[in-house]
Amino acid sequence: MLVAEKIGKRFTGVIALQDVSMQLRPGRVTAIIGENGAGKSTLMKILSGVYAEYEGRILLNGAEVRFANPKEAQEKGISIIHQELNLIPDLSITENIFLGRELTDRWGLLNKKAMRERTALLLQRLKLNVSADILVRDLKVGQQQVIEIAKALLLESQVIIMDEPTSAISEAEVEILFGIIEQLRAEGKIIAYISHKLDELFRIADDFVVLRDGQVTETGTMKGIDHDAIVRKMVGRDIARLEHNRAPADAAEDLLSVAALSWHAGNKQLLKNISFSLRRGEVLGIFGLMGAGRTELLECILGLHAGEHTGDMRLNGVSLDVRSPRDAIRAGLVLVPEDRKKDGLIPGLDVKTNISLSILRSLGRNGLLNNQAERSLAEHYKDSLRIKTPNLEQQVRHLSGGNQQKVILARCLATNPKVLMLDEPTRGIDVNAKNEIYKLILELAESGLGIIVVSSELPEILTVSDRILVLCEGKISGTFPRATAGEDDILKAAIPKTI
Amino acid sequence: MPMGLSNYRASLTRFQSFIALLILCIALSLLSNKFLTIENGWNVLRQISVNVCISVGMTLVVLTAGIDLSVGSILAFSGAVAAGLLKNGIPWPAHDLFIGFTLLGTIVAALIVGAALGFFNGWMITRFKVPPFVATLAMLTIARGLTMLSTKGYPISSLGSKFDFIGSGWLLGIPVLVWISAVTVILAVVLVRKTPLGRYIYAIGGNEQAARLSGIHINRVKIIVYTIGGILAAVGGIMVTSRLDSAQPNAGTNYELDSIAAVVIGGTSLSGGRGTIMGTVLGAIIIGVLNNGLVLLDVSPFWQQVIKGLVILLSVIVDKMNSQEA
Ligand SMILES: Nc1ncnc2c1ncn2[C@@H]1O[C@H](COP(=O)(O)OP(=O)(O)OP(=O)(O)O)[C@@H](O)[C@H]1O
Ligand SMILES: [Mg+2]
Repeated sequence: MLVAEKIGKRFTGVIALQDVSMQLRPGRVTAIIGENGAGKSTLMKILSGVYAEYEGRILLNGAEVRFANPKEAQEKGISIIHQELNLIPDLSITENIFLGRELTDRWGLLNKKAMRERTALLLQRLKLNVSADILVRDLKVGQQQVIEIAKALLLESQVIIMDEPTSAISEAEVEILFGIIEQLRAEGKIIAYISHKLDELFRIADDFVVLRDGQVTETGTMKGIDHDAIVRKMVGRDIARLEHNRAPADAAEDLLSVAALSWHAGNKQLLKNISFSLRRGEVLGIFGLMGAGRTELLECILGLHAGEHTGDMRLNGVSLDVRSPRDAIRAGLVLVPEDRKKDGLIPGLDVKTNISLSILRSLGRNGLLNNQAERSLAEHYKDSLRIKTPNLEQQVRHLSGGNQQKVILARCLATNPKVLMLDEPTRGIDVNAKNEIYKLILELAESGLGIIVVSSELPEILTVSDRILVLCEGKISGTFPRATAGEDDILKAAIPKTI
Repeated sequence: MPMGLSNYRASLTRFQSFIALLILCIALSLLSNKFLTIENGWNVLRQISVNVCISVGMTLVVLTAGIDLSVGSILAFSGAVAAGLLKNGIPWPAHDLFIGFTLLGTIVAALIVGAALGFFNGWMITRFKVPPFVATLAMLTIARGLTMLSTKGYPISSLGSKFDFIGSGWLLGIPVLVWISAVTVILAVVLVRKTPLGRYIYAIGGNEQAARLSGIHINRVKIIVYTIGGILAAVGGIMVTSRLDSAQPNAGTNYELDSIAAVVIGGTSLSGGRGTIMGTVLGAIIIGVLNNGLVLLDVSPFWQQVIKGLVILLSVIVDKMNSQEA
């Protein structure tokens, strides 16, 4: 049993946790729920030795433990899958998994064979069909997330903490993960599970702990609790689920049209003959499994692979020659990228600068910055997107995951785009904020933007899209108007025919 | 308005370097009665002026997560160009012609040379993706070679009293050299804090890919930064040449090390994205005062090097401890 007693943690200017007491029981999965910035990750980091300084105490099987670092926690059998990926891109899967706990032979040399074999076993257990020698750099985000999970499984820990493990992986992988969680539970392990996908909690969790503004507001068992109740506990009030019956924009005016877009990289064909159009005021959902080419498509439109692909793009009927994201932004195309840590944030800069970055030049006067304008811009988005930060000068890396996402969204909106592309826009975002983002998407569409939403969450796609495009192996395998879109049809189109 | 964490930390670091400098000065003035004189004060400022100029350029480069090893050689080459043009102009034997250069023309020519070499660095780094360390290491050799070629290995001396004014003249009671470095610092502070380019520099050092997706023209910013580095090295070249009244073929050797030291002591992170111009200036002053004091105290030059190295280590350790506790 892992017990937290009166845990408190403050950062400069922020009280992240206050008087938090809870217990995690063996053989049970405990869901830690709360809005973005509620303190979930902070609490888990304390339990796993990432933060050594805190108030209160932690008891593991009745004895007080105090970890100076994650390594000590691991040795006591507590391991954590962090919300953000912590892999070294230029090392292989095996090297990453065994990092800091390499197996050696009796000469003290690396026992590569044994490590590779164990990695292969783990990968097999996680049904990730890649070689153990492949560099992590060459994996997709979702696959990298699976490697993180493998790292935690390697240790055979008695406590496993999972901080949003499913935020980057697709349905099929979620299933595999849940299978493993069930197995771990049967083995009597202590499991803490954080996710903003509430449906998952009903499937997998036994107990729950609710955090709100750094305090535990409720604990209990999941039995007999429904979706709305959970949301109420988290947010402190009811929120209506978003039902939109927006008539799709019927002005047949094409805003963005893409014709015969194909992209070969090496001998791999990433995109095959993609043609579609996006109308003004329309929300186009793009659904597909991992590796279907969704992100690649958006990247091509953004000019990240200029010169490597063929095909034609037009904005308002005018041919587009986008050779860099800069050109794209000028033309009115922006992307909220999938991997916010790698592609989105400038972690060491403050919230204000992260928001204003794309339009600094137009905010300024005579080539100098206009601090006033910059501040009011940031202030505006802080309020309208409800970004939770002690002040605008906070370094963005200290914000909670969901709030970081909002900062990037703010930066994109600030450019006043014609076409807004969102790659997994609500990854790691709490229900409440998710709803707000959906509302925002619809509002923006009302105001005449064309919006492309890529998501691996089908409910999300169904909620916001006017039309749904399904990608499979780099090709468009189906187009569904919202009215006739059925989950089964969409899924069927997304799954490759040839295996 | 509560002060942001980053500002708070930056000012804490700077405050500490400042205290360190103060302690250093007090100690030196107790140990040597020659230290705390106005005469010596100007002396120190004059001595560090070249390093300040170069280090300002180095700071910009390092903020983008780059490095510039070629500044010493660029300094030497532009100094040699200035001296050569001033003294000999460009002879054109075929037509029995000779193009003379005014003082201003000479200076402009030297700055253009510095800019061109800096631009070349930036071009290699952005167009051909040569790592900054390698590209500027190559330039270190190339520019040194060019210096040797243009001077044929001999100093070019006696450059006239007008040119001499830069290195030894005074203006409004302040040495010209100090004016030059002060103006450089002010311009750089404005650049870094008040212009979009300044922000882009931090953004690129902080996360290049995110900066690219935000629509920042990464290559252009980098080329500008290396070009500025080259220009400031040329400014240093003019200053050194004028002060010695001579362009030495081996001028500026190891200057890149002193300037990297100033940048690092000033709290700028070599991995980019974090640091300030004023920090670097403080770093340069600390090195300058240390050099000066050790000379006044008659410490052997060998020990001076050991001590300088230890100071660099100490300053980085203190800086690291600060950023960890927060
Ligand atoms: N290193 C830090 N420095 C300063 N503030 C921090 C730091 N880490 C977290 N915080 C703040 O503490 C609060 C709790 O953050 P935490 O990351 O635990 O939230 P969370 O519940 O995990 O949110 P999310 O669902 O978005 O991941 C937030 O307000 C956050 O801004
Ligand atoms: Mg979190």
